[in-house]
Amino acid sequence: MEKNKSRRSFLKNISLASASALALSGCTLKELEKFFQKNFRTLSEEEKKELIAELEAEYKEKYQKDFHVSDKAAIDGTLFGYALDVSRCIGCRRCVYACVEENNQSREPQIHWIQVLQMDKERGIDFAHSDVHYDPETVPEEGHFYLPVQCQQCRTPQCTTVCPVKATWQEPDGIVVVDYNWCIGCRYCMAACPYGARHFNWAKPEIPEEEINTETHYLGNRPRMKGVVEKCTFCIQRVRAGKYPSCVEICPVGARKFGNLLDPDSEIRYILDNKRVLVLKEELNTQPKFYYFFGV
Amino acid sequence: MNFIYFIKGSIRLIFKGSKTYYAWLLFLLILIVWGGLGYANQLRDGLITTHMRDSVSWAFYIGNFTFLVGVAAAAIMLVIPAYIYNWKPIKEIVIFGELLAVCAVIMCIAFIVVDIGNPLRFWHMLPVLGTMNFPYSMLSWDFFFLLAYLIINFVVVSHLLYSIFYKKEYRKKMVLTIVFISIPMAVGIHTVTAFLYNALPARPFWNSALLAPRFLASAFCSGPAILLILFQILRKMTHFEIKDEAIWRIAELMVYAMFIYLFFTIAELFKEFYSGTQHLLYWKYLLFGIGENKEIVPYSWLSISLGCLAFILFLIPKTRKNFVTLNIGAVAIYASVYVEKGIALIIPGFTPDVLGQIYVYTPSMTEIRTAAMIFSLGSLLFTFVVKIAIAIIFENYSIDSISFQKRGMNIQPET
Ligand code: SF4
Ligand code: SF4
Repeated sequence: MEKNKSRRSFLKNISLASASALALSGCTLKELEKFFQKNFRTLSEEEKKELIAELEAEYKEKYQKDFHVSDKAAIDGTLFGYALDVSRCIGCRRCVYACVEENNQSREPQIHWIQVLQMDKERGIDFAHSDVHYDPETVPEEGHFYLPVQCQQCRTPQCTTVCPVKATWQEPDGIVVVDYNWCIGCRYCMAACPYGARHFNWAKPEIPEEEINTETHYLGNRPRMKGVVEKCTFCIQRVRAGKYPSCVEICPVGARKFGNLLDPDSEIRYILDNKRVLVLKEELNTQPKFYYFFGV
Repeated sequence: MNFIYFIKGSIRLIFKGSKTYYAWLLFLLILIVWGGLGYANQLRDGLITTHMRDSVSWAFYIGNFTFLVGVAAAAIMLVIPAYIYNWKPIKEIVIFGELLAVCAVIMCIAFIVVDIGNPLRFWHMLPVLGTMNFPYSMLSWDFFFLLAYLIINFVVVSHLLYSIFYKKEYRKKMVLTIVFISIPMAVGIHTVTAFLYNALPARPFWNSALLAPRFLASAFCSGPAILLILFQILRKMTHFEIKDEAIWRIAELMVYAMFIYLFFTIAELFKEFYSGTQHLLYWKYLLFGIGENKEIVPYSWLSISLGCLAFILFLIPKTRKNFVTLNIGAVAIYASVYVEKGIALIIPGFTPDVLGQIYVYTPSMTEIRTAAMIFSLGSLLFTFVVKIAIAIIFENYSIDSISFQKRGMNIQPET
């Protein structure tokens, strides 16, 4: 009660711009409730249930489909890791589009969580001379190799440190997630991420009704709103249900490997033990759980 | 009751003035409406109306914010020389400096509000109510320093004006203490703002220990420029007495600041160009462009040439002591630092982006209009408070004059 009161008086004092924006958006009771919703991590189990029911109803109304929004927590004893075989990748960008569809990324304006960089063989990994907009008839192109980059799921992520409101954090299974209902859209995390892995909803995200994926996770691929940041979550909705990320499944040359770093028999451990791996920008001490290796 | 009379009296005051004054108000009003309509588009459609994108995710707004933090900081730091050299109107210098600081901080906060994607969620940044990420996030530090600075300055300046208004002695000890606290705070807000950018290993352009010192030096160049001009106007129109020597001294101090800034920048440039690592790319983009992408180059050279012009005008005693050239210099340095902070500081931090891609950014019309809205709202606020302050300090606008009005107009019996 006490808290509620102070919140109400805070509402009075809120800056003119916000207040008028509130008036503009037509302040119904439901929206007021939404306005006061708390950070996901401070919600009780019951509050989470309520919130998820509300979200499912809201999405149904919007997309005319039944949604499932999971809030499945991390499974004990898992720490997810990823490895990408640079020598196999042919730069076809199928992972990019599989990711867009699986994770309900906005089609207009376009958001891609995976960026595939075309590099000169002669220069090695050299971002300054790379190109994301390559567009030949067929890939791979002579003299080039390809380096897909997505969230590197850093062990010491810069993006979560700088967030002024704790809207983004690392889960116990190592996945860095964003609470879209809490993010204020300041984009500090985008300035801090050394891999360009965070993307902003500059406008209201548009996804055709028939292409929407209804199997979602609260911290992952549920539909987002205008003005919040989003990023790769290793397909949290899939991997916590025992499936592979979409990009791993789609890759036509099997360049993408995924698994539990804590499981000695996993494929990812096999690669770490038997191949020589590297991480991007190791000098920044971000300690990614996303590795690159040369399989052949 | 008295307070209501004070408000009424002040409202009457701010709408009374010469033709030029009205023209000035009208000009600001037009800008506010024009800018406000642009901002309305942004509220409706989102930040897509700006030219910021994932590659360049911060730009003109945060640059303006940074510039205004500098203005707010420098306005107070002018108290130091006023105190040391014992300029006579020190109280007035404190008052006008603090008024400028208060307005500048309000504009800073406005620039954060327009820059974030969800302004309604601003309260998430507060402690207790929200989940402030203190002490890890520099942005929450910055926000709190600014808020504290705003409150401190507001308290001092309103106390001073209030005492003069009521013809009471102001509490000298308290005021002096707070002013002396606010001086390191002024250094603090600008340092913390520099730290906002400074410690991001992802952005080599900002990742230099010289960033905070350069910030402070540039603030010392631009901040006093506004007061320099304001003091001359006040001197012409009121009983405000400030000697030519004091004004020249301010200009002289600005030259030192410019020199220090120049030195720091040259040190930075030497390191970058001589070592010639990949980090050179950002400076190259700023100064010469990369390949076909030269859109930002005119901005940086505009800033450089205006800065040099001001430096020369202020350095040569003859032009420093000539009020025409002095004022040209003041405007030039103000504009130079504005472009430097607004564009030249932020954009190369993001171009090329972390994956080496180049997205060419220049401010969109919406961004310019929104900035115009905030600047003109800020100027309007500053005009009003300065007008009231002038009346209180110089024109005998006091408790007596409003009680006289009370009697004269026979409004209400005393309660
Ligand atoms: S790659 Fe970027 S977004 Fe992903 S965890 Fe690291 S810093 Fe955060
Ligand atoms: S944009 Fe959102 S997630 Fe990123 S730092 Fe700001 S509030 Fe945090």
